[in-house]
Amino acid sequence: MSAVPVVALHDIVTRFGANLVHDGLSLEIPAGEIVALVGGSGSGKTTLLRHIIGLTRPAGGTVRLFGEGLREGSIHERIARQRRFGVLFQQGALFSALTVGENIAFPLKELGVATAAELRDLVVLKLAMVEMEPEHAALMPAELSGGMIKRAALARALALEPELLLLDEPTAGLDPDRSAAFVRLIRSLHHELGLTVVLVTHDVDTLAALATRIAVLAERRIISFASLEETLKQDHPFIRRFFLGEHGRNALTRQGGNH
Amino acid sequence: MAERRPGAEPAVRVAADGRVLLSGDWTLRALSAGLPGLRAQLAQLPPVARWDFTAVQRLDSFGAVLLWHAWNRQWPATEGLADAQLRVIDRIAGSSGKLPASRARFGIVDAIVLLGGALLGFRGHALGFVALFGQIFLELAHVLRYPREWPLREVSANIHKVGVKAMPVTALVGFLIGVVLSYLSALQLKIFGADTFIVNILGLGIIRELGPVLVSVLVAGRSGSAMTAQLGVMRVTEEIDALAAMGISRGLRLVLPKVLALTLAMPLLVLWTSAVALLGGWVSAWVELDLSLGFFVQTLPAVVPITNLYIGLAKGAVFGFLIALIACHFGLRVRPNTESLSVNTTASVVTAITMVILADAVFAIATRSIGVPT
Repeated sequence: MSAVPVVALHDIVTRFGANLVHDGLSLEIPAGEIVALVGGSGSGKTTLLRHIIGLTRPAGGTVRLFGEGLREGSIHERIARQRRFGVLFQQGALFSALTVGENIAFPLKELGVATAAELRDLVVLKLAMVEMEPEHAALMPAELSGGMIKRAALARALALEPELLLLDEPTAGLDPDRSAAFVRLIRSLHHELGLTVVLVTHDVDTLAALATRIAVLAERRIISFASLEETLKQDHPFIRRFFLGEHGRNALTRQGGNH
Repeated sequence: MAERRPGAEPAVRVAADGRVLLSGDWTLRALSAGLPGLRAQLAQLPPVARWDFTAVQRLDSFGAVLLWHAWNRQWPATEGLADAQLRVIDRIAGSSGKLPASRARFGIVDAIVLLGGALLGFRGHALGFVALFGQIFLELAHVLRYPREWPLREVSANIHKVGVKAMPVTALVGFLIGVVLSYLSALQLKIFGADTFIVNILGLGIIRELGPVLVSVLVAGRSGSAMTAQLGVMRVTEEIDALAAMGISRGLRLVLPKVLALTLAMPLLVLWTSAVALLGGWVSAWVELDLSLGFFVQTLPAVVPITNLYIGLAKGAVFGFLIALIACHFGLRVRPNTESLSVNTTASVVTAITMVILADAVFAIATRSIGVPT
């Protein structure tokens, strides 16, 4: 494992009007980890994810990806850096005017490296990776169920062979069965492709089953960045509420066998 | 795993014993730079060769697809293939060619299907439009029976949006059209010394024809498109379904206020625009023919029968009704994707303007002997 963290946030400050969301937040995510970012509603988890993607710019602090500043270098270097990560948005954000297949082929087509036949094979391959059938390529996003949208969006996020996968609420809106299947899917992809995964979630089931490390966002900074066991040992009101509330305890008991 | 720099350059060469030696990173990122050269090299390799993977550091699915196609989708003899690499290529082998190429040729059958689709589509639009038309009257009958349910707030908000806020732009366009029309007419009239007839031309032309049609075109582009887009997005975000689930009629709360507001606001907009256009016409006549405002105002009622104003206002009401109804019709047909939204908004504006001009022709025929001084 290389020493350079895949994502390095340093001293991030975010302000929405008078509302201070992050105040001196720092976090370093080493390669190969599955990091779950948890925090209460409105604690700025998704905003932090958007900082990492570069959609928003923090009021202060630096974001570094793969050891390079997010906005460093020429336009080509920045684009090349953006192609090293894939994002799964909360609602999937599939292009509604394109079929599933075209959605998955889109980033590759933009890159302009693959021939039509190779593109078709890659689309089927990515669909197979997320356990979808070749026939699904012809469907429109509006014809898909919630779980299928997530999987198709994940296939698109994987299209450019990313090293870093960012997932925003990957299991929100899925029933427990689908959600468990999606978790298994991400875990097997992580294992096969050696990805670094950052996921925002508030589903204890998901993070207990998936995360190798948990970053707890509270009081405008990361108060803990450790494995699940160590996180549970900490005595902080948010951590107690989040993990040791009734639902959290049940979830942890259910996942107990896996750890 | 993640390295600081793109790893070793991917390369391919043929060894002395005929083996093909691959080396470096066969990943999308490493490959994209020198891809055309690599493709050419791969194409020139001997068809039957032994492929040596020993020096390959990383292989992702793009690299595997590239090789698989270079192998004509068949396993060649390989050596030094790591387990993970074998799995990647194996997966390509399993999924390759499963997605058929999309049909590109356009045949006679497609033409017939296209024509049939267009006809059925037109029929669907006609039926939907008539249904919406009927629904509006049912809703109207309903609120006349239950006056407490009048959507007055919505109507008032819509009148403000489509009427009051449209006043500056219709005034500007009306004024300029009045100036241009008057200027061109004045040039001709001067030749015949028939200067005072400018009032007849402007009065009849603007009040009866130009005012209503001009406003309709502007309103169709401005408010019709907005109504379609609004209803369309409400369909995409399931807001219309939410209304239905609450037992609130979309016709009563969404369609009726828009149709009513535009039907009421359009005659007023027509009046306003015609007045400003006449003012523009006078300004031009004053400059060109030295016509006084007093004379203009005095002559206007004498040469343009008041019936023309009524016809203009009636046209405004009918055109407003048509524009709003067409906008709602297309808005409610939007399917939950961006393409459908843009198609329907375009169709809404184009259809509304076409229908307005058709209706204007019908008006012209129906009122051909009314209000024209002989």
